[in-house]
Amino acid sequence: MAEALGAAALLVLATVVAGLARVLRGPGIADRVMAAQLLGTGGIAVLLLLGAATGTPGLTDAALTLALLAAFATVALARGAPGEDGDPPA
Amino acid sequence: MTLLLDAFTVAAVLAGLLFFVAGTAGLLRFPDTASRLHALTKADHLGLGLIVLGLAAQAESAGGVLRLFAVWALVLLSSAASGPILARLARRGGAGG
Amino acid sequence: MTAGHLADLLIAAAILALALGVVLARQVFTAVALFVAFGLLMGFAWVRLEALDVALTEAAIGAGLSGLLLLGAARRLARTGAPVDEKPPRRAQVVAIGIACATVTAALGAAILALPDPAPSLAPMVVASLPALDLGNPVTGVLMGFRALDTLLEAAVLALAVIGIWALTPNRAWGGAPGWTQPRATEGPLALLARLLPPFGIVVAAHVLWVGADAPGGKFQAAAILAAMWLLPWMAGLAAPPPTGAAWLRAAVAVGPLAFILAGFGGLLLEGAFLAYAPGAAKATILAVEVVLTGSIAVALALLVLGPAVAR
Repeated sequence: MAEALGAAALLVLATVVAGLARVLRGPGIADRVMAAQLLGTGGIAVLLLLGAATGTPGLTDAALTLALLAAFATVALARGAPGEDGDPPA
Repeated sequence: MTLLLDAFTVAAVLAGLLFFVAGTAGLLRFPDTASRLHALTKADHLGLGLIVLGLAAQAESAGGVLRLFAVWALVLLSSAASGPILARLARRGGAGG
Repeated sequence: MTAGHLADLLIAAAILALALGVVLARQVFTAVALFVAFGLLMGFAWVRLEALDVALTEAAIGAGLSGLLLLGAARRLARTGAPVDEKPPRRAQVVAIGIACATVTAALGAAILALPDPAPSLAPMVVASLPALDLGNPVTGVLMGFRALDTLLEAAVLALAVIGIWALTPNRAWGGAPGWTQPRATEGPLALLARLLPPFGIVVAAHVLWVGADAPGGKFQAAAILAAMWLLPWMAGLAAPPPTGAAWLRAAVAVGPLAFILAGFGGLLLEGAFLAYAPGAAKATILAVEVVLTGSIAVALALLVLGPAVAR
């Protein structure tokens, strides 16, 4: 079971890393934020799978922290995007 | 019983993986931002949800199950909230950036 | 090749690609989005190195707070109209920078390869002495026990960093509220998130702080979560940050390091050495100091992200 869960973690990691191409390509701000958000969600899945595979409960806490901070980062990126509240694009 | 639980875990995690792969493929291949957002939320909600369901069957304590579902609930909440925020950002024409 | 090695290769390659992307990005926003992803992947690298405490901190600081800090800095830069050097560097400059970077990289690589195997380690001593502190997490033992002086100085550095950033305040804005003004969002998804997430965040932060004694976690990670939860209502425009002139705000930044120093002098009085803990009271003292420090670090981190006061 542990090997299967570890392999699943690797697959999710490979998938979301591939999704990072969207951060580079854009074209819009929303597309870049979306890829970062997918990396966050995928990262949470990786941590949970790895935690179950290795029997490390600490990884679930790390996933909890990441879930909170990923929500925060998405809001920060969307809110801090150039053009919000009429600032000149930075 | 253990065999049954293991089979459930494998099936659920595999289904979750499928949604992650499909979501990423959509994010990379769909032609416009709105459809890409649609693909992303599937990975967020169902991909992670199915993996959480699968892992819950393996958890050793009730606290472990609770924490797993807390993670999912947090992601559901933040993803549901960030979807409209991102859509607004895209519609306002956040090109370039 | 095992799955672990594959994951290591994947993470290392992605980190390098993202680092390159951050440097080469044409727009500030793209660079920041890539940097947030970079921070997340660094967190995975720490997980693979089995340094969960560092991974937690990296995920909280690197992927969460730094992104907002950098976006705020870019926004300020655009507003002041500070001239940005648009000219491409001359070829000689490019070559010189390239040689300097390559030298540093080669030196770092050589240093890593020259490390003795097995690496010299104090870990067995730490594990052997851990029962004296009643702690289960060796990282917390080192941070709050065996190398407590370093942690004390780090806490003081954060307070100094807040002072340094406040020193950039223009005269007419002194004592005013920090941060840029946010358009209000009283309803809609952003306001919902800003209202719902902080209670969860506070519970998770308390959990992370509490388990830090025996499992990965601790004050810095908890403080980063708390700071993020404090910044959320501000980002939604639901609450304005307090003025930097407020006495309670300044006291909140100072009380953590002060409590730590007091605990240190208590050790000097009772045990004859600065920061020595009385036998049996070690864990209680450490936890008390950690709780106060968490509050101070959270406020300091939030103030660092908010930046100096701006004239309105």
